[in-house]
Amino acid sequence: MAATEIARQAGEGARAVPLSGHVGFDSMPDQLVNKSVSHGFCFNILCVGETGLGKSTLMDTLFNTKFEGDPTQHNQPGVQLKSNTYELQESNVRLKLTMVNTVGFGDQINKEDSYKPIVEFIDTQFEAYLQEELKIKRTLHSYHDTRVHACLYFIAPTGHSLKSLDLVTMKKLDSKVNIIPIIAKSDAISKSELTKFKIKITSELVSNGVQIYQFPTDDETVAEINSTMNGHLPFAVVGSTEEVKIGNKMVKARQYPWGTVQVENENHCDFVKLREMLVRVNMEDLREQTHTRHYELYRRCKLEEMGFKDTDPDCKPFSLQETYEAKRNEFMGELQKKEEEMRQMFVQRVKEKESELKEAEKELHEKFDRLKKLHQDEKKKLEDKRKSLDDELNNFKQKRTAADLLQSQAQQAGGSTTLKRDKERKNSGFL
Amino acid sequence: MAEPVVPEVPPASWTEKPSVVDFSYVGIDAILEQMRRKAMKQGFELNIMVVGQSGLGKSTLMNTLFKSKVSRKSVMGTGEERIPKTIEIKSVSHDIEEKGVRMKLTVIDTPGFGDQINNENCWQPIMKFINDQYEQYLQEEINIDRKKRIPDSRVHCCIYFIPPTGHSLRPLDVEFMRRLSKVVNIVPVIAKADTLTLEERDFFKKKIREDLRANGIDVYPQKEFDEDAEDRMINEKIREMIPFAVVGSDLEYQVNGRRLLGRKTKWGTIEVENIAHCEFAYLRDLLIRTHMQNIKDITSSIHYEMYRVRRLNENNTHANNVADHHLTSHEM
Repeated sequence: MAATEIARQAGEGARAVPLSGHVGFDSMPDQLVNKSVSHGFCFNILCVGETGLGKSTLMDTLFNTKFEGDPTQHNQPGVQLKSNTYELQESNVRLKLTMVNTVGFGDQINKEDSYKPIVEFIDTQFEAYLQEELKIKRTLHSYHDTRVHACLYFIAPTGHSLKSLDLVTMKKLDSKVNIIPIIAKSDAISKSELTKFKIKITSELVSNGVQIYQFPTDDETVAEINSTMNGHLPFAVVGSTEEVKIGNKMVKARQYPWGTVQVENENHCDFVKLREMLVRVNMEDLREQTHTRHYELYRRCKLEEMGFKDTDPDCKPFSLQETYEAKRNEFMGELQKKEEEMRQMFVQRVKEKESELKEAEKELHEKFDRLKKLHQDEKKKLEDKRKSLDDELNNFKQKRTAADLLQSQAQQAGGSTTLKRDKERKNSGFL
Repeated sequence: MAEPVVPEVPPASWTEKPSVVDFSYVGIDAILEQMRRKAMKQGFELNIMVVGQSGLGKSTLMNTLFKSKVSRKSVMGTGEERIPKTIEIKSVSHDIEEKGVRMKLTVIDTPGFGDQINNENCWQPIMKFINDQYEQYLQEEINIDRKKRIPDSRVHCCIYFIPPTGHSLRPLDVEFMRRLSKVVNIVPVIAKADTLTLEERDFFKKKIREDLRANGIDVYPQKEFDEDAEDRMINEKIREMIPFAVVGSDLEYQVNGRRLLGRKTKWGTIEVENIAHCEFAYLRDLLIRTHMQNIKDITSSIHYEMYRVRRLNENNTHANNVADHHLTSHEM
């Protein structure tokens, strides 16, 4: 597709010119690859499926490491998305792998809204990228891409058909992300049942118009393998991180009393095919599809929704500007109105507070006056009391002096001689 | 998002397809191969502009660089002399292929530059052309319904030809390079370097470097865009050699039993690709074999972004606030 585009462009403006010697630009792919290597890659996988289908185990098996901790419980109130980022390195390639797990998917009694958190999450990642792209000062080349590149949809191994929850969720997700359906825990299905199951699933997907990711068949080097793999979808996988000794090798397997299911044995399950397709052959294509198809669709819808249009072919930046201007004026108008409202409210509040304070002040004054009056009253009372006391005291003194006088008179009348003798004695003593 | 754990995948002991099963090999490095495949399928684009007075050997140099007739000489041997009265911008595209790698090479020629008596503002048409290419790309990028691969016509590299006076840069050179180094990667070369002896060449180069430094002209590879120590080391070596003293030729002569590109004179044959004779090989290696991707990256992530910032800020003093404001207001 892109090859014909280039050829067409070539036909339009360029002429093919033969080279008469070695120029050296065949090193261009190497330069490009080197730059990407120094930059690092990022890949984001979203695992959607009911709790207990072996999502975490499969991820561990796929990337050969132990990622997360404990398996999740079944009593989650709603669907949540937990994402974890890991840095893997193999030879000189650094991969920033982000795995997003749906926690609690399919556990609720009412599953109508189960798909919503997932769709929201995907949209949020697109939105973040769109915002970065629309910024004036942007750093796109060093931006950590969080958009979901692949969605592994885990189908429960019932052996019959897809559940309605699966159909609904996949229908909602197929225009937003590359969906790769997987039959989980496929060691529970026998081989004959498996073929019937796969056929049933694919026919149901087709009849419901669900677009799952098709491996690209336009590049000759991988067309063949991709087209055969397309026929094997959905992959029936078994995941295991435990190693079992078979013969003289340690292989990843699940051991049962009746036998051992080897994960990497193509006769036992399609794990090798999944790994081949997801990681070794089509990782770059998955990223490209996400960017050129799903992200562009999202961007187009979002911008049209915001009111931007490519009206005439010769005033694009201006229509963007005009819409910006119009929106900006609208927004400024709203802002101003809000400001006015706030200001008025503020003034009102201030007034209220002022009056409150004034009242309080008045009260205080009154109280003070009252208290002062009380104080004065008390003082007066006290003064009065003191005065009366003084009067009484004076009275008492007078009475006492009167009483004394009377007593001394009485004594004088009774013994005036003794008084004289006393007087002389006193006088002589005195001299 | 949770904090990143750094588990190390044990390094692969072999990298072939897993017909021999290696349990510790995941296959992440296969992405390099995938990228390479994609790049080969898509092909590359490169746009080079050559600027210099007529007669400095621009077309010949282009032909020598790409070993094919990518540029037609403006003065043909038949005697049709045509010196344009104003500067024209002629852009010609070619499809070249080497070892499965396809490239769309566009050579942008500027006949008439520096040829008039009054050369004031002769850089303006060129700057306008460069900005027009940026504008075209920007318009396509902000389209709602945009193409999968936006055709890249931005000028990646501008080769400026300095006449081999042997003294120093002329005012025209200084003015031009000063203005254009802000919008495009400039690679200055000393044209027709076979007229300079080695001592004259060294002196001329030193003088040019001093002039560039004195006028604050930052030519490719720019000092401020060095990414890490390794880059700096490589680029320092290049910076010590610019401007490259080049000789171009598209005629082959027999030298020591081999057919080589060169210029035959009465006193000897100058071999174009011999580094003892001229620095063409360094220029070619820089432009094509090692730094082509880097040149394109600097154009797209630095020069283009600067243009975009300027353009989106024009006529709209609060454009920044608008973009952030009403995007956030729509989120609320």
